[in-house]
Parts: sequence; C-alpha cells; structure tokens
Amino acid sequence: MTPPLPQARPGSVSGWVHSVETGGTVDGPGIRYVLFMSGCPLRCLYCHNPDTQHMHDGTRTTSAEVLDDIALYATFLKRAHGGLTLSGGEPLVQPEFAAAILRGAKALGLHTALDTSGFLGNHADDHLLEDVDLVLLDIKAFSEKTYRHLTGVPLRPTLEFAERLAGMNKRIWLRYVLVPNLTDDAAEIDGLAEFVAGLGVVDRVDVLPFHKMGEHKWKALGRKYMLTNTEPPSRELVERVRGQFQAQGLRAD
Amino acid sequence: MDTLLMDGLAQTTEQQSAADPWRGFAPGVWRRSVDVRDFIQRNLCPYEGDAGFVAGPTARTTALFAKVTDLLKQERAAKGGVLDADTEVFASITSHAAGYIDRELEVIVGLQTDKPLKRAIMPFGGWRMVKTGLEAYGYTPSPKLEEVFPALRKTHNDGVFDVYTPEMLRCRKSGVITGLPDAYGRGRIIGDYRRLALYGADFLIKDKKAQLASLEVSRIDEDILRLREEISEQIRALKELVTMAASYGFDVKRPAATAREAVQWTYLAYLAAVKEANGAAMSLGRVSSFLDIYIDRDLRDGVITEAEAQEMIDHFVMKLRMVRFLRTPEYDQLFSGDPTWVTECLGGMGLDGRTLVSKTNFRMLQTLHNLGPAPEPNLTVLWSEKLPDGFKRFCADTSIKTCSVQYENDDLMRGYWGDDYGIACCVSAMRIGKQMQFFGARANLAKTLMYAINGGKDEVSGEQIGPAFAPITGDVLDYDEVMARFEPMMEWLAKVYMNALNAIHYMHDKYMYERMEMALHDRDILRTMACGIAGLSVVADSLSAIKHAKVKVIRDASGLATDFEIEGDYPAFGNNDARVDDIAVWAVERFMTALRKQKPYRNAMPTQSVLTITSNVVYGKKTGNTPDGRKAGQPFAPGANPMHGRDRKGAIASMASVAKLPYSHAQDGISYTFTIVPGALGRTEDERVSNLVGMLDGYAAQGGHHINVNVFDRETLLHAMDHPELYPQLTIRVSGYAVNFIKLTREQQLDVISRTFHDKH
Repeated sequence: MTPPLPQARPGSVSGWVHSVETGGTVDGPGIRYVLFMSGCPLRCLYCHNPDTQHMHDGTRTTSAEVLDDIALYATFLKRAHGGLTLSGGEPLVQPEFAAAILRGAKALGLHTALDTSGFLGNHADDHLLEDVDLVLLDIKAFSEKTYRHLTGVPLRPTLEFAERLAGMNKRIWLRYVLVPNLTDDAAEIDGLAEFVAGLGVVDRVDVLPFHKMGEHKWKALGRKYMLTNTEPPSRELVERVRGQFQAQGLRAD
Repeated sequence: MDTLLMDGLAQTTEQQSAADPWRGFAPGVWRRSVDVRDFIQRNLCPYEGDAGFVAGPTARTTALFAKVTDLLKQERAAKGGVLDADTEVFASITSHAAGYIDRELEVIVGLQTDKPLKRAIMPFGGWRMVKTGLEAYGYTPSPKLEEVFPALRKTHNDGVFDVYTPEMLRCRKSGVITGLPDAYGRGRIIGDYRRLALYGADFLIKDKKAQLASLEVSRIDEDILRLREEISEQIRALKELVTMAASYGFDVKRPAATAREAVQWTYLAYLAAVKEANGAAMSLGRVSSFLDIYIDRDLRDGVITEAEAQEMIDHFVMKLRMVRFLRTPEYDQLFSGDPTWVTECLGGMGLDGRTLVSKTNFRMLQTLHNLGPAPEPNLTVLWSEKLPDGFKRFCADTSIKTCSVQYENDDLMRGYWGDDYGIACCVSAMRIGKQMQFFGARANLAKTLMYAINGGKDEVSGEQIGPAFAPITGDVLDYDEVMARFEPMMEWLAKVYMNALNAIHYMHDKYMYERMEMALHDRDILRTMACGIAGLSVVADSLSAIKHAKVKVIRDASGLATDFEIEGDYPAFGNNDARVDDIAVWAVERFMTALRKQKPYRNAMPTQSVLTITSNVVYGKKTGNTPDGRKAGQPFAPGANPMHGRDRKGAIASMASVAKLPYSHAQDGISYTFTIVPGALGRTEDERVSNLVGMLDGYAAQGGHHINVNVFDRETLLHAMDHPELYPQLTIRVSGYAVNFIKLTREQQLDVISRTFHDKH
C-alpha cells in the first residue's frame, strides 16, 4: 500500500527530495544544511549523483515539512556561519518548491545558496532569486560542442542566466569540474575565465578535480559509466587550470 | 630608583627570588589561606591574540626528544609494550632514587622510578594483579616479596571480594556490570598540584595540621576518625614529597620562586601522586593558565625568553608522556593503548566574563607541533563560544593536524562547577582540590533490556542473573509491555550496581587511600558516585524498532529470546529525529532517577556518565543479539555515539541527537566521538579551520557536552594497520581520550574503522 501523500499546509508546496546532508562544508560558506532535490535535465557523463536524475526517485514531501526540519538546525547553522544550500539534482526543476523553501529559510534568518547548472535559469523568477544570497553556478564547459557532449543539453541558457545574475549583482561562486581529455582544453578554459571575470560578480572559482566516487551508483542503477578509464587530473593540470582563472584576476581554489 | 630595589640587585637573582616568591603578585585571600582560584583570578593576564608568538623546539628539546623517541621505540618493541619493570621494590613516594633521561638536557626532571619507562610495583590494589601483570610481560616478582607481602598485607581487591554478595558476583560475571575498579586503582582524583608551587609544602602541612586540630570535636565517631586518620596520612605524604624533591635537589618546603620552579614544583607534586597511586586515570587538572602567571612574570622581568618558556612546557610534557603503570592484559582489554589520562584543561571562561585563555594554553598546544601528536597529556579544551578567536583557530588547526585534542562545553559546565574545575579522565568535571569522585565504571543497559525481555535470564549463558520477573512470551515485541518490564529491571540493576560500588569504595578508602592526591584537597570536599551506562544507542534503537517497526522474537529450545527479526524501517538515533532521540533522553533520565534512589557510600552525590572508553568492544562481545538488529558480539557504539553507519543525515544531525542528552542527568559527562575526512571539512586549510570552529560553536550552543575530533580518512587507518612501523605517532581520539592507533588490539582497530566517517563532499 502506498502511504497517502503528505498534505500541503496552507502556503506550502509539494516537492521531491533525494536526501539531506546536515554537515556540508563545501557547498557554500560555513557549515551547510544541503538539501538534495531530485530531478535533473542534464545527463552529465561524470554525474556523481545519478540516483538524483529522476524526480520520482526521490521522496515526496512538502516545503513546510522541509522547513520544519531545517528549523531544527537554524541556531547551529547561524553560529557556524553557514546556512542552507539547495542542490540536487537540479533545484530549478521544481522552482515553486525551491522558492517556498528559500523563502522560509530567509524567514529563519539563514544564508541561502542555490547550487545549479543554470540550464533552467529562466525557471528562477526574480522573487526566487531575491531569497538567494549566493549562486553556486556550474558551468561545465565553454563550447557548445563540449557542453552538449558532456551534458546532453545546450550551453546558451546557462550563459544567459549568468549574465542575468550579473545584471542583478547576485554573488556567484563558479564551479568547474576538471576532467582530463574532456574539459581540460586550455583555449576553452581561457574563454570561460574571461567570460566569468567579465561578469564582475564571481567571488571565487572552485576547480573541482574529477573523481570516480559516483561510479558505483551507476553500476547500482544498471547504467553504463562512460568514464571508467578516465583518471583524476594530475596536480599539475589542476594548478594550470587554477592559474588560468587567476590570470583573469579571479580567486581560484 | 628605590633603594630596596637597589639592594635586591646586589643579591643574586636566585636568592632574591627565593626570599620573595610572591613578588609582584596581586595580593588577596590566597596569601592567607589555600585558594589557588583566587590567586589566578587576581593575577592571570588573559591572552586574546593568535598563535603568532609561539616558539619552536630548542636544540636542547630536540636532542632530548630524540632520546625519548628512541626509548618509546624500544618500549613498543618490548614484550607487551613494557620496557622494564621493577621486581624488587614496592613503589612509594620515596622508594626510588632520582632518575633521569639525560641530566644535562632535562630542564624539568623527575621519573616515577630510577629509570625512564620502568614500571613500579603498586601492590595495595591486589597482589594477584601485580603478579599477573609482571608475569604477562616476562618478569617474576622477587620470591621474598611474594612470600612476605600477601601474608602480611590485605589489599583492596581482597577486601572487596570479602564483602561482595553472590548477586554482585553474578552481575560482574555476566557483564551486565563491567569494568568495576575492584581489581585496579579507581583513579579520577585530581590533586591540586598547583598548591605545591604556590605555597610550598611547609604552608600546606601547617594547613593540614590546622585541619586535624579542627577535628578535635566532642563526639569522635567513625566519620571523624576516618578523616583524622586520612589527614594524618596526607601530612605524611607531603613530608615524603619534600624528601623525594630533595633527592632531585629541590627544596619544595618553600614556594616556587621562578617559572621554571613553578613548573618543576607542580610536576613534582604530580609525580609524587603517580609514584604511589596506580589509578586508572591520573589527571593533571588545569595547570597551564596557573603556570602562565609565573612565566609571564619571568618574561616581563627579562629573566627568560619565549623559547625558554616553551622549552619548560615541552620538557614538562615529555615527562607527562612517560608516565607508566604496570597493568594486566585484562585491564588493557577494557582500556586499550596503555592510557594514563593525564588530562590537562585549557581555555574556558571566568565567572566574571573574562577569558581564562593564557599564552601558556597556546604553549601547551604547541607541544603537539614541537613534539608531534601524542595521546598524553590528554589535552582538553574547555570550549565556549566566547573564547578568543585566535585561540579557537589554533585549537582547530591543532586538531586537524594531530587529532590529539578533545573539547568540552565550558558554557554548559561553568554553571555547575564554577571556573576552576578540571576534567578527570575523559569527561568528569570536578572543582579542583574541592571535589573527587568514586569512579564506577558502567552498567550495560543493552543487556538490561535483554534481561527485561527474558525475565532476568542472561541471553548468552541462559543463567538467571536478575530477578525472575515474568519473561515476554509474545511473538512480536510490544512497546508498552517491554517498557513495563524494562523499568523494574533498571531499578534492580541500579540497586545492585550502587551497592557494589559502595563495597568497592569503602575498601578502596580503607586499603588503597590516595593520600598524596587528597593532601592537595580541602578538608571537606564534594564526593560524587560516578556511575555510568553503556549501550545507550543500542537501547534507543531497539526500543525505536519495537515501537516503529515490527520486531519478531526468535527463541531457542529453552524459550530464551536469542534473536530478532525486524520488519520495516525504524528511526535510528543520530538523525535528529525526535521519535527515537526522545527515547534515548528518557533512558538517561530514567536510569539516573533509579540511581538517585540509592544511598551511596560516604554521602556521595550519585551521577552518571555516558562514556565507554574502549570498553564498548568488550561490552558488545558479552551481549547477545539485540532488537535493533545488532548481532551478538558486535561492538556497541562508543559513549553516546549513534550506532556505526546508522546516522545518515550528516554530521550536524548526528551531533544534534547527542546534544539532546541531558547533562543535568549525566553530570559525569556525555562522550561523543566525531570522525571526519579532511576533504569534508572544507576545501582549503583556512576553511577547514573556520568550519571546525563553526561546528564546535554550533555543537556547544546546542548544549552538546563533549566531542572528540578526528580528522583523517579510512585509508590512512587501513594502511597503518598493515604498516604500524610507519605510524609510530598516529594518534586518534576514541571515547574521551586519545590513543596511539598502532597500540590498539586488531579488534579495536577494526571497530574504529567501522565507525561512521563523515565524508560527504
């Protein structure tokens, strides 16, 4: 028997959640309550959470329930100079759900971050973005060809979203997953670095070395993992790419 | 210039300082009566800066530490990790001649015996323990001792077994109560070692004589007689301390007059205690901010440099790392890694709102950088959100680099114990020199739950251990029915447990009285009867499974419930879920309520801890399958930790569950061990430090009591298991103390590795 769906309280929105990590430290400043929402339109080759791609693989809940849980940690998160991060999956697959949670988090006095690929940036209206203090923007590649090969979707919407954020003076942390032979092209990275620096709102760039920690999840899902033979980037390569961003005056770690 | 001062300059510095050891100190009550806190309050110069000032090791320190390292290496290679043991002489404060590592290099001197790392015989706890201890490591006690001692002298162990009831013996054997200090020294008494430095022995003896005179009362009953005898013993111990110090060339009859003397005097007082008493935990207290007052004076007077100040502390710490006791293999099974719990408290806030952080707190932490990580001394930071930021960051940085620091919530404890308390062992707070505890090991609450289900029969042996209440006969466990049987079983256990502890501490006072440590206490002190529980998360999860899922009972041929089958999911402790966390809170309160109904020996105040040290492995071994799905023999989670792998919502949820456990009902401490991989703490070194500070602030604000912080990955530990020679100093925090990972038994190493590592990133 399927349990009855939770009743949305007045003002509450239903949505799908994959999981929660209460002690996140790498998805925004300080200690983060990271809400992994399910559903994502991208099919990245290196996806380390392939189990979050389908919305209905998550658990159905409501924004009120989620906020009740977040409220339990509000004191802690504030003292630890952290806050809430919406991640996934792609949070903007469920914009109303995301907006309700962000609104509630702001009411709790929390710092909020939105971890997104930007592909669904036009789902985020200005009201939603008003409740976002920081966008963790993943620009996964800088040429249409590489981007589409890697993610299965076009690049343009992400770049448009970045420009819109810049126009609103919304702070951004850029994330760039560095995969040898896939996203390590020097010219492409120079182009990205120049674009990002031009936005004027990017406070830091996280160059994230590719890892295979998600590989077992692909196997568990019975899907073929295309990067089995790809190795993590060398320290030299990581330093080179960080240097490319730094050359544009960006802070890159 | 003042003529008096001119006269002073004509004298040698040493004569001048000895003549006026208190020069430059702000006066107060402390000058007339023994009151170290008053001295600290009036003289401490709090330090709000960062670690920029600290010094590296001097050449002398490096040379001496090379010798110590070599000795430690030889010790690890020796049979059972015992380098040398005395077979001829009983230990006392004055039993051994002065010992040195390298007299030319040592700035602070004194060893327990005449040679470094040579273990002494302390037989008043029990002759058999000494004999088996020696024999286990390939030594034979001298035939003369063996002939004479057991015939002439009754021991603590003899006394306890004279009075134990059959019921107590059954509980001890089944493991429903384990680790009782009936065959080893109870420890957990902190002498106020600072008193020797501040006052000198003459002042202290005079004070003790006045205490004795104050007990010339009209009605001399048993209590008065015992106390009079104890104070007489204390005076004797102080006199022996003077003799022992003289053998090293120091006159401790007078107060310490310089920083070096203050460190040396404090250490000699501590040394006298560990020369004679083989307590499980021989904690140091809270000496570094006290010593800071002397160091600060000498620095201001230009008598010493920062490098020399650091050198004194480095050398002091080297000595503390070398404290050893002769213990039996059974003891090591309970408390693994040869711990001595030389716990030293750093940080904390004063009642007046000033911080008690001093530069010497930094110097003490700096020893972990200068000498590398080590389990001892057990450095304990009394954490407050209000601690200066520079200190918080240095603590976190040191934790990340060495895993050798534990944290306890000063904001929580200050209200109970003031601002001059120390931590004995792992988590037991006590006002220094004004309070002691009767250490009571712990009761196995998970087994007690099994007794409730099985009508008092042991689930492993089938023997009737507890009262023969009606067992549960249904096929599916009913929450209300189980609770209705669990509560009376807890009441029964609390009664047997308290009575056993009364027997133990009566005999301990009688046959193995810690005269040196107690000489550094006031006449009238608060005693706590420190009970404890093990298996809290097993109990909470079991009751949660019974309540929220369906738990079917599997019985053996005799009808004993020996296994369980769980249908469905249940909320597990460690996920900040009120449905199960409330059960854990209830269990703590309920058992404490049962303990409070008992009458402890010597009008002690009953308390309890949620702490297992490494005995969670032994407790698990002795406990059958439990209704939470834990299999027979599997280790319990340590202390108040959630069961391994069942905390799935991340570090903060896990901490939040533990922080709910009420300190008011567990005033002997609530231990939580936290392990995180470096990458999960942040991307850069600076971020890791900030995030660890943030976590500690958040945990403290929620009311969490204690947290051990380990920052390393599983792979490091696996590698160290196979290549111990590459990791001589790999230190990890377990429940309330730190150990050398390579000194743990393989079983305990595996237990540590199976614990939850917070690794999401």
